Amino acid sequence: MRFLLVEDNSDLALSVQKRLSLDGHGVDWAASLADAEDHLAAASYDLILLDIMLPDGDGRDFLASHRRAQRDTPVIVMTARSAVSDRVALLDTGADDYVTKPFDFEELEARVRAVLRRRSGVSQTRMTFADLTFDPLGATVSFAHETRELRSRELRLFEVLISAPDRIFSKGQLCDRLFSASEAVTDNAIEVYVGRLRKKIEGSGARIETVRGVGYRLTAA
Amino acid sequence: MKRVVNQSISIRRRLLLQLLFVAILLSGLLYLSVRTVADSAVERTQDSILGAATIAIAEELRGGEEGVAVDIPYTAFSMLGSIGQDRVFYRITIGDETVTGYDELALPTEPLNGLTPLFYDDAYRGLLVRAAAVERSVLVNGKALPVRVIVAQTRTSQQTIVASLAERAALLGIGFFVIAVGLSLLTARLVVKPVSSLVEAVGRRGPQDLRPVQRPVPRELVPLVTALNGFMSRLSVALSRTETFIAEAAHHIRTPLATLRAQAEIALRQTENEEARQTIRSMIRSVDTSARSAGQMLEHAAVVFRSDQRSDEQIDLSLLVEDITESYEPSAEMKGVRLVCLPHAHDITVDADRILLEAALRNLIDNAIKYTPKDGLVEVSVISAEGFARLEVKDSGRGLFGAQAAQLTGRFQRGANVEDVVGSGLGLTIVKEVARSLNGRFEIVEREEGGTCAALYVPLRSR
Repeated sequence: MRFLLVEDNSDLALSVQKRLSLDGHGVDWAASLADAEDHLAAASYDLILLDIMLPDGDGRDFLASHRRAQRDTPVIVMTARSAVSDRVALLDTGADDYVTKPFDFEELEARVRAVLRRRSGVSQTRMTFADLTFDPLGATVSFAHETRELRSRELRLFEVLISAPDRIFSKGQLCDRLFSASEAVTDNAIEVYVGRLRKKIEGSGARIETVRGVGYRLTAA
Repeated sequence: MKRVVNQSISIRRRLLLQLLFVAILLSGLLYLSVRTVADSAVERTQDSILGAATIAIAEELRGGEEGVAVDIPYTAFSMLGSIGQDRVFYRITIGDETVTGYDELALPTEPLNGLTPLFYDDAYRGLLVRAAAVERSVLVNGKALPVRVIVAQTRTSQQTIVASLAERAALLGIGFFVIAVGLSLLTARLVVKPVSSLVEAVGRRGPQDLRPVQRPVPRELVPLVTALNGFMSRLSVALSRTETFIAEAAHHIRTPLATLRAQAEIALRQTENEEARQTIRSMIRSVDTSARSAGQMLEHAAVVFRSDQRSDEQIDLSLLVEDITESYEPSAEMKGVRLVCLPHAHDITVDADRILLEAALRNLIDNAIKYTPKDGLVEVSVISAEGFARLEVKDSGRGLFGAQAAQLTGRFQRGANVEDVVGSGLGLTIVKEVARSLNGRFEIVEREEGGTCAALYVPLRSR
């Protein structure tokens, strides 16, 4: 996905940019509202991540004019304020959702997914492998006229595996995508979800292969 | 919010008492003066009739060779008799010797002055009488003899008239008093009215409304209003400074933490060593803990601050619950916890401060998700029961480990079984504070089937 990150703190912006790119997202960084306008004029984004306190203005004003101009790029606000008082005001201004700094990237991704699901209803980003069709926003996988629903972590696991079929992912890599970084889990926790996902795609033309001592990969049966 | 006001004497009551005192005094004076004037007027009228009768008799006195002759003019008595049922007595004397009439009638003690009547009160046979006496010289045998004519009349009629006049004077006094009371009440109210309308105008304001009072007030109240406006502008500056401070403090704490967290996550991604990964994870948890503590402390401060100046509105709890539950779905989804909002009635409304209510509900749901393991279930529901709305959040988590509500709602108190979960120990404190502020209550119990059931009661909107 392509994000526009509007954030004036360069340390934070660079870390967010790098962290999101690790998940395969493209992130453009705007350090001010004027910068953000330039980016929006030049390119289209799936989502805007917007800070509130910016050197050349208030993010909420930007949000209001963004909505007045009827641009429909979804916006998730990154607020540093206490969540209590800002929530209603932010959502009233037209934010699709918000996260409180410091935010968990897994949570951010879950929120992005929820926003996009609410926005488009149906997904335009279906992925296919072998006889499988995967709809990440609809959280379904279908094959042979059969559609199966994926629970949240199965969904994310499958999303990672199908993004690079035949590539081997280590337990650690998969774990990072499935669990919040603050969760006290060991990398072996991934085995449960691999097991469940295997049952979901049983009978299709694809399977999840265990590469002993290395990790897992999605491969054609 | 409790109102503590020093009770002092009401201006209105004091004014009213003073006005009533004056009214009583004036009514009394009115009564007395009307009576005095009426009494003397009646007496003067009676006296002039009595005097005229006496003079009429005196004028009929004839002198002669042998003595004094008098032809009593009965018209004189009829003049007197017309007044009522009073009895009339007369006596004519030469010197002290009675010529004719009732000789027990007392003689005047003062010297008489010709035909100008002298009036005096007397008692005749036990009856109170008013008497008039005149003196006239009559020639008898060429010698002038002083002849005195005395006419007396009982005072029954006069007293009747006086009594009826007194009664009217009393009525007049009472009437005056009643009118004065009415006018006093009106005056007292009018005098206090600018004060009460000022109080109403200030009292009607919302807690956030710190604009100066602009309405016209009487000159005497200008210093008060000026002082009030000065106070409000200082308060407003202080409040906005506090708000700005909180926002900036949050910004300056959270932004570097966000950077730290993002970088730690990047490091986690790039590390394969299991031991290092666990270290980074615990680092991230520490970042989350500090961020959460900072956030919760600011939120707790905000909640306590708002408790004292709630801005209530009518809130449909069912909508609020659905809305907030929905906003937590991504968090729940990420943890693999199923978060559901149970079906509920749609007419559960309360009068409450939205921000307080949201803070409480968010903390409850957040807690429930945090302490529920993957594949667990968190159920949010709202029902109305016995005048209260019951907001309930049930989880299938680890329960309370025997801890009591009182322990868990203390500041920085956490359960004994929560080592591995990020928390500040302020969440339930905030919920309890909100319950207290909204005149409700908060309960948290361990469910028999495992997990926790937390319930916030808020008084239903009265219809």
